[in-house]
Order: sequence, then structure tokens, then C-alpha cells
Amino acid sequence: MRFKIVTSPHISQDVSVGQIMRRVLYAMIPGIAALTGFFGWGILINLVIATVVALLAETVMLTVRGRPLALHLSDFSAVVTAWLLAVALPPLAPWWLTALGIFSAIVVAKHLYGGLGYNPFNPAMAGYVVLLISFPREMSTWLIPHGLDQPHALSFLDALRAIFSSEWPARFTLDALTGATPLDALRTQIGLGLTVTEIRNSPIFGIVAGQGWEWAALGFLAGGLWLVYTRTADWRIPAGMLGGLAIIATIFYLADPQHYAPPWFHVWSGAAIFGAFFIATDPVTASTTSRGRLIYGAGIGILVYIIRGFGGYPDGVAFSVLLMNIAAPAIDLYTQPRVFGARRG
Amino acid sequence: MSRLYPFHGGLKTVRHKTESNQWPIQRAALPHRLTVPLRQHIGAIAKSLVQAGDRVLKGQMIGQADGYISAAVHAPTSGMVAAVETCPVPHPSGLPDLCVVIDSDGEECWVEHQPVDYRALHPSELRNVLRNAGIVGLGGAAFPSAVKLNLSGQCEHLDTLILNGAECEPWITCDDRLMRERATGIVAGLQVMTHLLEPREVLIGIEDDKPEAIAAMAEACVGTGYQVRPIPTRYPSGSVKQLVKLLTGKETPVEGLPVDVGVQCFNAATAYTVHRAIDHGEPVISRVVTVTGHVSQPGNFEALLGTSFADLVEQCGGYREGVERLIMGGPMMGFALHSDEVPLTKAANCILAASAAELTPAQPVMPCIRCGACVDVCPANLLPQQLYWHARAKEFDKAQDYHLFSCIECGCCSYVCPSHIPLVQYYRYAKNEIWAQEKEKQKAELARQRHQARLERLEREKQEREAKLRQKAPAKTIKATKASEAGIKLDIEAAVAHAKPHPPSSISSHAEEGESITDYSARTPALPVEGGSRGSEPLSSKQDA
Repeated sequence: MRFKIVTSPHISQDVSVGQIMRRVLYAMIPGIAALTGFFGWGILINLVIATVVALLAETVMLTVRGRPLALHLSDFSAVVTAWLLAVALPPLAPWWLTALGIFSAIVVAKHLYGGLGYNPFNPAMAGYVVLLISFPREMSTWLIPHGLDQPHALSFLDALRAIFSSEWPARFTLDALTGATPLDALRTQIGLGLTVTEIRNSPIFGIVAGQGWEWAALGFLAGGLWLVYTRTADWRIPAGMLGGLAIIATIFYLADPQHYAPPWFHVWSGAAIFGAFFIATDPVTASTTSRGRLIYGAGIGILVYIIRGFGGYPDGVAFSVLLMNIAAPAIDLYTQPRVFGARRG
Repeated sequence: MSRLYPFHGGLKTVRHKTESNQWPIQRAALPHRLTVPLRQHIGAIAKSLVQAGDRVLKGQMIGQADGYISAAVHAPTSGMVAAVETCPVPHPSGLPDLCVVIDSDGEECWVEHQPVDYRALHPSELRNVLRNAGIVGLGGAAFPSAVKLNLSGQCEHLDTLILNGAECEPWITCDDRLMRERATGIVAGLQVMTHLLEPREVLIGIEDDKPEAIAAMAEACVGTGYQVRPIPTRYPSGSVKQLVKLLTGKETPVEGLPVDVGVQCFNAATAYTVHRAIDHGEPVISRVVTVTGHVSQPGNFEALLGTSFADLVEQCGGYREGVERLIMGGPMMGFALHSDEVPLTKAANCILAASAAELTPAQPVMPCIRCGACVDVCPANLLPQQLYWHARAKEFDKAQDYHLFSCIECGCCSYVCPSHIPLVQYYRYAKNEIWAQEKEKQKAELARQRHQARLERLEREKQEREAKLRQKAPAKTIKATKASEAGIKLDIEAAVAHAKPHPPSSISSHAEEGESITDYSARTPALPVEGGSRGSEPLSSKQDA
């Protein structure tokens, strides 16, 4: 009998890129649910817009680049990028803002750099930064979470109208609907000379961090821990990032608790937890060695604190991730593991 | 005391041991024709001692070990030598090799058995007995055991002798069954090895998915001081360096051997053949092989070397429907064969007939997403994704910077890769390319040295002539005069003194030099002899330069 020749190994695990990407999507569901609960339908509408635009952009770019469509569309990487970016956008961001962000992410940051596996920068964060720099007003128009000033939330149609025609419901003023995010408030008011304790008395703050926000963070933490548990994400990156952020926050907090927010506030605020488990863990753009991943994560954590405390933006996850993306190859180079049998030291 | 030292990486693979390990080892039927390869081991091919038409007895040496790293080959049964010719053999290269083809007479007529008392023999004599019995590592590498049983020049004192009964490949169970059924024989062989190596301790590593084998070996070891160490079932714990690390905590140096850290390791089945050779005078003419996968009744067979794979599969009731691939060895490191018309060799521990049920369906290769799953499982602690990157880009020097040659090709990285990249294949490719380049470089370097040597010789001869002319210019009978040896010496000294102000690099300005280079290229084939015989001289000139 004649047989086919194939080289070893002849068996492998049943795992695929698509499976990994789908797990990331599943893991985002609790956080997205919490966000939707507090900020309304806009979150979900943004997700749909982002997904549709991302799949369109992916299809066009794959066709232009002559790559197999079915294979790459089913890897779900474009959907992951779409969701990561959509979650980071204000709930009533105009549709074109979302579309433009996704376009920058998929077309420029991903495919122009060679597509899946070759992009040096996290596509979602690259898209986010483009929007943040180009449209600061739209990007900072965040809704106030339910249960604070407004007893009635925006209906689904209200949200649709706001997103597609920028018509805000007449029964609310813009000021009544939107407000500063907790991190923004902290930043501005410390600038005005208030102490952290005074600022924290404001109703926009909850138990640990921002009202509503902290529950979304909890949702993302749950999903993130599941990713780590299933080994979809390496624990070292979130541990490094949150650890780095906590350590530097602790140092400043201990030095002057009235001017610097406590570490638990920093860890639980803004995009820290979401970024640690979902954005920094993007394997393509992160460091790949074990020690390197800790360093890479810690670098992001420290940069986040520096940007929050001393930079021009209330939160700095996107910039920190992009900065550490550039550093990843160098980190990898200097953190190579000691090969089996090589001399120690 | 029985502490283990886990190695980095490794993985839990699928397990398919029970398909074949539920029944005792069966004796395979005597085939009519046996094709016995003369190279069933690492090292030089055995020298054939027979020719077509010779009658051979069972156990008669038909191939003599040729050189230190080589092993003898014996007739597995009595009969007539039909031919000594190249036949297909199970080898990754797919190339045929020289085999002795024997037509069995069905009588199984043995040569005289010559058991020996190993305690009475001088170690080198004892090693010779083993060498002549054709004993090689039966775990798959087939390295001549006598070489490994000689410590002189390798290691002053052996700390640990390890018997490898890990058998970590998912389908193979031949060592499992052998340890269950013939533990005393294995321990008897181990005693011969212990006698030769005098280790401080003897450890027997067996994966803990083989409780019966562990129990049998522990029982056989009573009173010997040998320790049976159950080890976690984690591929590739049966890989030598990983097993040594696991049991002793010692890491074999890169490019080194376990003996460099005072450890020597043998396969369980090898120890058994040592016992047969010493205590019964039987050379290696058979082995236990697992025939499993998509065959009617998988099992373990004690089969004569040279039996064709097709025969063995036949004895398992034949292939079931849908066999796509025939693998020698396990599914992780074994290699696929074109045909089942190849003979059983000492290295063949398993024949795996694989269908779609056993194999993972071929999936399209995606780009590497640098997830690092390969890093987590690499038992050599490499960065497989970097190796892949550089191998793919043909940046072989960079692949070597990432320690390409520490890769043991265990396949863990490919096993876990979500992008289904055939990583090991890239590493094999890179290694082969580097070896080919090294060979080219060596060739070029040799040619350069010969060229250099010739230029220097020509120059020296010229200067000798000139010196002679200068010295003996007044006399008109230069050519006729046969100088004495002392005279020549003087001449050479003078020539060297003359040459010193002119280092070889300045010589090229001489008009004559251009001619001699042309001359060189015209006569290249003749050069090796000239250059070779004057190896020492160019060196001194180089120092001058």
C-alpha cells in the first residue's frame, strides 16, 4: 500500500485563531452588559456599527490584497478590533466617528502594515487615538450613568437618532445628559486645588471608582479572569499592567494622599481593567517572552499613571499601549529565556 | 529523596495507550522472507559478511560493526541469503539502503549460544560482546550502546544511570508491555550496565499512566537498590535531556550529552537485549513493536528484524477502512512512510496506521499571531515564534542566535499552534540549510588554504632558487651539483631570512605572481596532494604577515 508523506507531528490540538478571537468576544459580554445597563442602547448601537464597518473594511482590504476571504473573515480578528474600539467610544458618538475609527484601525493600522499578525500597533487603539486627537469634543461627550441626575434613560430610538443624525432628544438638555467622566472630574478638580477627599464626595463616584463605571470594570474583570483561566490571555500582561499601575499609584498616594487618588481608585477607574485584560493582551503587538510580558504590562501601567496624573488626557491606556507596542520588540530581544542547558547568568 | 525537577513546557497529549496495551506481547509469525538492513543504527553501516547463496543460521552475524560507532547485524532466522542489495528501508530520508535478504528455511536453526559471565570479563571485552551482539538504543535513536557504556574520556565518575521507561508518545506501548512482562530480564540487563558504569544510583523513570509497569519493575528491583521513579505523564518526558532533568535536576549542556553532567540513560528495551545477549548469548534479532491505530486488532508483537511492516499489519487483522498515513514511531516525532513494504529495524518501536480518526484534519495555515502558546510548551525553553520568523525569512544566522540547534523537534509547538503553522518543518528546513552552508564553507575554506599554501610554496621555491643562484653564481656547474642535505638547510634558512622583509601580501606586486595564479587555476586538480603535504609551512609565513 502507498501512503501520504507528511512531516511530524501528526496530531495537534483542536485550537484555532478564530476560536481564540471568539473567546475574547465572549469574555467581553459581561462588561458590555454592564456598560449598556448604565449608559443605554448607544453602547450596543456602536457595537453594531463598528462590527459592520469592520467586516466591510476587512473584506475590501482582503480582496485588494488577494487573501482568501472566507479563511480570514472567519478568524474574527476584525470583529474583536471592532468591539474593542466600540466599547471605548462615548455611548452616543456619531456614527461617522465610529466608522472613521474602525477605518483607521482596520485599513491603516492593520492591513497597511501587513494584516493579521504583522501590525506593530494595536489596531483598536490606533483607531481610538486617531479619533481622540482629531475629534476631542465628540470623544469626551460621555453620558452620565443612570441613577444619578436623570430618572429616565434614553430610549432605543433616542439613541439611534442621536447617533445617526446628531439630534438629541428635546426633553433633555445636553448638559443634563452628559458630564465629565470620573477620571476627568478628578483631573480638573485637582487642578482647581480641591483635595481627593472633597472630589470623591461628588455623586459621580461610587464605592471604589466612578458610579456605574466600577460595575463595568467588574464585568470586564470577570471576563478577563476567564480569559486568563482558559489561557487565552497570558496572566503576566494584566498582572504586570495592574501591578505597575498600583505600585506607582501607591507611591504617590502614600506621599500625598490629598493630591493623589488611592491605588484602588486608579486600578478600578477608566479603561485600566478593560485595557489590562483585553487590549494589552493583544498577542500580535505585545511582548512574547514570559519576563517580557511582565515588563510590557508594567510599562503600560506606569505610563497610564503618568498620563493620568501629569499628561494632557484624563485616561492614558491607548497612548500607553501604543508606546509599549513600539517597545515590545526591544523588550523581547533583552528578555530571551535561558535556553535549556545554557549556562546560567 | 524522590524529588522530581520538572522541565519547562511540555504538554498533555491525547492518550491512545489502551488500544494496544491490553494484551500480552504476541510472537509474530515467521515470514518467508526477511530483509535485514545493514544500517539499523547511528554510525557506519555494518560490513556485510555474507553473499547471495550463503546459508545462514539464526543469530549468525551477517554484518560486522565497521568502526567505533557502528553495530553488528545478525540473521534473524536460519535460511539462505537471496541477495545483498539496496532495498527500501524505513528512514526519514526515504532513501533505500543496503540489506541482506534472507529466505527463511523455517527451521529456526540457531548458532551456538554463548552466554558469558559478565563479572568475569574485562570491561572492554564485555563491551565487545555487546557490540558484536548488535546492541543499540531501542528507544528509536538506535545509537550503539557499547559506546555509551564506555565512560573513559567522557566522564570520570557516573552519578546516575537512568533507565528510560517513560514512553511518552501517545500511542506507543511496547516498553509498557515489556516492563510488565519481562521486568526481571530488564533488571538483569541493567545489572550488566551497572557493572560497566558503576553509577552512584540507578533510577528508573516511568510515566505514571503505566501503574502495572511501575509495579512490575519495582518488584523486580527489590534487593538491587535501583529506584523506580513514577513521573508525571507529560510529553516529552521520555526525551533524554528532559528525563535527566526531571529525575536529577541536571541540565545537559547545549550541544552536550547527559554524560557531561555525570548521567547516562538507556531505554528499557535496550537493557532487555543486554540481558539476552549476556545471559543467553542471543544477539539482537527481534524486538517488541507496537502495531496500532486504524488496524483491526492493535497490539504488541515480538517480531524478527527484517519482517515487513505489511506482514505485521496483516497479523493485526489488516488495515481498517480509511488509513491515510503510515507512521513509524509515535505521532509526535515519528515519520510517515511511503509504503508498508519496508522491514522492521531496531529503531522501529511503533507502526501507527493513521486514519482521519487518529490524525488532526489538515487546516489552512494562518499568520502567526505571536500568542506565545509555543513558548509555553517548548521543553528546550526556546522562542519558537522567533525561530519560525527567521527560518521563514531565511535569516539563518538569526535563527541560530535564537538557538535553533537546541530544538529537539519534539513537535509541542506545532501541536498547540492556533495558526496551524508546521513549525517543526521550518526548523528542520533551517537546520538542513545551515548544514549545507557549513559544508560549502568548509569546502571553500579548504580550497582557500590550498591556494594559499601553493602560493607560498611557489614563492619559497623561487627564493630558494635565487638564494642558490646568488651563493653559487661563480660556479658554472650549479645544475649538475647535487647539494647535500645540510646545504639545502642552509639555503632554506637564507631564503627565510630573505623572505622576512617581504610579507606574503607584498608579494602580489611581483610580476611573476600573476602568472603563478593563472598557473594555479589551470592545475587545480593536482593541488590537494601538494598542499596537503606541506601543511605546517604556510602557518609560519602567516605569522610573519
